[in-house]
Amino acid sequence: MADQTLPIAGSLEVTPQRHSPALLPEWLHGWVVTVDHKRLGILYVVYSIFFLLVAGAEALAIRIQLAWPNNHFLSPELYNEMFTMHGTTMVFLVGMPILFGFANYLVPLMIGARDMAFPRLNAFSFWMTAFGGLLLYYSFIGGFGLYGMGAAPDVGWWAYAPLTAKAFSPGHATDYWALALIVSGFGTLGTAINVIATTLSMRCRGMSLLRMPLFVWLMLVVSGLTLVTITPLTAAQIMLTIDRYLGGHFFDTQAGGSAVVWMHFFWIFGHPEVYVLVMPVFGIASEIIPVFSRKAIFGYPAMVAASVAIAFVSLGVWAHHMFTVGMTSVGNAFFVLSTMLVGIPTGIKIFNWVATIWGGKIRFATPMLFCLAFLFQFLIAGLTGIMLSVAPWNWQLHNSYFVIAHFHYVLVGAIVFNIFAAIYYWYPKVTGRMLSETLGKWHFWLFLIGFHVTFDTMHFVGFMGMPRSIYTYEPDRGWNHLNFIISIGGMIQGIAVLLFAWNLVQSYFRGKKAGNDPWDAWTLEWSTPSPPPAYNFATDPVVHSRRPLWDLKHPEDPDWKYEA
Amino acid sequence: MSAIPVSPVAEPWRLPSRGRVAMLALIAGESAIFTIFVVAYVFYIGKSLTGPTPLEVLAIPWFNTICLLSSSVTILLAERQIERGKMRGFTMWWALTIALGTIFIGDTAVEWHKLIYIDGLTIRTNLFGTTFYSLVGLHATHVVVGLIGLSLILIFTLTGHVKEQHSERIQVFALYWHFVDAVWVVVFTVVYIVGR
Repeated sequence: MADQTLPIAGSLEVTPQRHSPALLPEWLHGWVVTVDHKRLGILYVVYSIFFLLVAGAEALAIRIQLAWPNNHFLSPELYNEMFTMHGTTMVFLVGMPILFGFANYLVPLMIGARDMAFPRLNAFSFWMTAFGGLLLYYSFIGGFGLYGMGAAPDVGWWAYAPLTAKAFSPGHATDYWALALIVSGFGTLGTAINVIATTLSMRCRGMSLLRMPLFVWLMLVVSGLTLVTITPLTAAQIMLTIDRYLGGHFFDTQAGGSAVVWMHFFWIFGHPEVYVLVMPVFGIASEIIPVFSRKAIFGYPAMVAASVAIAFVSLGVWAHHMFTVGMTSVGNAFFVLSTMLVGIPTGIKIFNWVATIWGGKIRFATPMLFCLAFLFQFLIAGLTGIMLSVAPWNWQLHNSYFVIAHFHYVLVGAIVFNIFAAIYYWYPKVTGRMLSETLGKWHFWLFLIGFHVTFDTMHFVGFMGMPRSIYTYEPDRGWNHLNFIISIGGMIQGIAVLLFAWNLVQSYFRGKKAGNDPWDAWTLEWSTPSPPPAYNFATDPVVHSRRPLWDLKHPEDPDWKYEA
Repeated sequence: MSAIPVSPVAEPWRLPSRGRVAMLALIAGESAIFTIFVVAYVFYIGKSLTGPTPLEVLAIPWFNTICLLSSSVTILLAERQIERGKMRGFTMWWALTIALGTIFIGDTAVEWHKLIYIDGLTIRTNLFGTTFYSLVGLHATHVVVGLIGLSLILIFTLTGHVKEQHSERIQVFALYWHFVDAVWVVVFTVVYIVGR
């Protein structure tokens, strides 16, 4: 038995020794040519954390500029570049790659597979995504803009026409934006195809669709959604490139083209994109909350059905970003109602998570803390979302800081919090070491406080009429103190993230040894050694219920007796 | 090792082919790209500020369409042949598919040459030019990619590397070709029937 604690069929008898330290070039070469889903997953996550720090620094630059009225920390031009790059980076180089990185690492382990369905496609997708990121950031040096010097894209992450036309955005900054997103879009498409093929065709014996862990289910739904979400953006970017390079007229209003068509195409991508980002973190919450409440997830089939429902509804809500453009009242009513409809399946999910915690034996470890904060914040984000979905209300608050506060409540309050939860939860599996709980708790509380100081306050400056994307404001507007408070909150979040980064590094060398299953969890990845060997499972595992490790640990009371 | 509990029902374990699943997923994604281009085309019908208009310059490419659609039949026959291990029949139908695809793309080239040099319609002339060349061009790009794949497979077949056991992979690739043909039905209807 050696050090094997959980004798599931197919796991290893003995934890293999870590490889002897190879020479540096050899080690690097190994990472570059790898097709192993675990290594690619780690590459994705490290890449995203790097860009998280970069885009976080851009956010702080924005906040320093806005801390005082008439501040001159950033020039107006640089300010436009900062908020464009902050948004683009966070969505395309942080959110999606980190979540697909988790999928890469976890999906094959959770369904008992040796690797992804197409390992080489997997490597190709990662390097495309990475190249897209480099291309975007190279624009700082190479993207000659309006002033003839290096310039990053400055048209906003939504890049509305006709600002992106050659006449208004000369130089190459906008081209870097379009091309980088086309390139990383192909990478994302490849990964989505891979995840779908893996979940449908690589499951181990007994892992029927309704026994898959919810994280795998959510990634399957998200990948399906990605197929029809990222591709419209790619199509729109191709049109933009045709306009800019070949003299086309898609968005050229002087030749009969339409700027509103760009808005539609962008948000046909842009709104489902929010669900592409948030649904994987639903999966993360659905894995972590049961383990730390010591209960099976409440309402598993309802969770699956709600996820699929969200994916479908999300495809029909995009024009709620465009109420102020002016639509017919039928159009307005349709998008108001379809947007409110999203509240039903998401509500089901929130109730199910609460019901899972209800009566559980809760352990307040760092992953659970982040998940609990997520539950609360996601609820608030949903409520402000319902408020903004009402067209007349939206006309008042469109493009104000209220909108910024709402979507940062989703993107930070829900997504980033759960990404942190996931890293605290799975870091022991990936590295074999626990993250420091002390630093983790500091990170959690600082980040929580910073988050609320920043984004709660933003709702109020929004009500007071402060518009988004302005580089400074007059001192007599009554926004001064609130903006200063928001900036302080931003700094606190920055400090928390640096603590987190330090925790990642120092725990790798000095963290407590984790063992196979530090959280006493129930999904298949915890039956492998930490870190798992290249081949994952020595023989294919066989599962009989949604919680295979529960069955092993409690042979007298296995789950499959209760599951239909 | 402790006894592993075994649930009473041992169901047979069958999973869908990963190649087929992946190709269908790719087709779903490609369909979304085409949908956006088709929507743009339809939205901009009749919105050009200057000529030439579709009615003045476009001739309905019946011959082209018949060639491309029949290539779907010939590739289906090729799939049947390789399933039964008849490699000569497979090679013949496969080569015929390539020939039909090549006729299609050649004919498109002739059409574009006429449009550009005789009618003076380029991608920058007007909205019609922009949407026409991008939608038909997007489809033509897919045909070219398909032809490259088909030709590679033909070369591998002639050198004896493709055998009966590869029939599933051949069918997965053929799915892509069927998709390219199906998209043409949409493009043809939108550009040459509705848009004219």
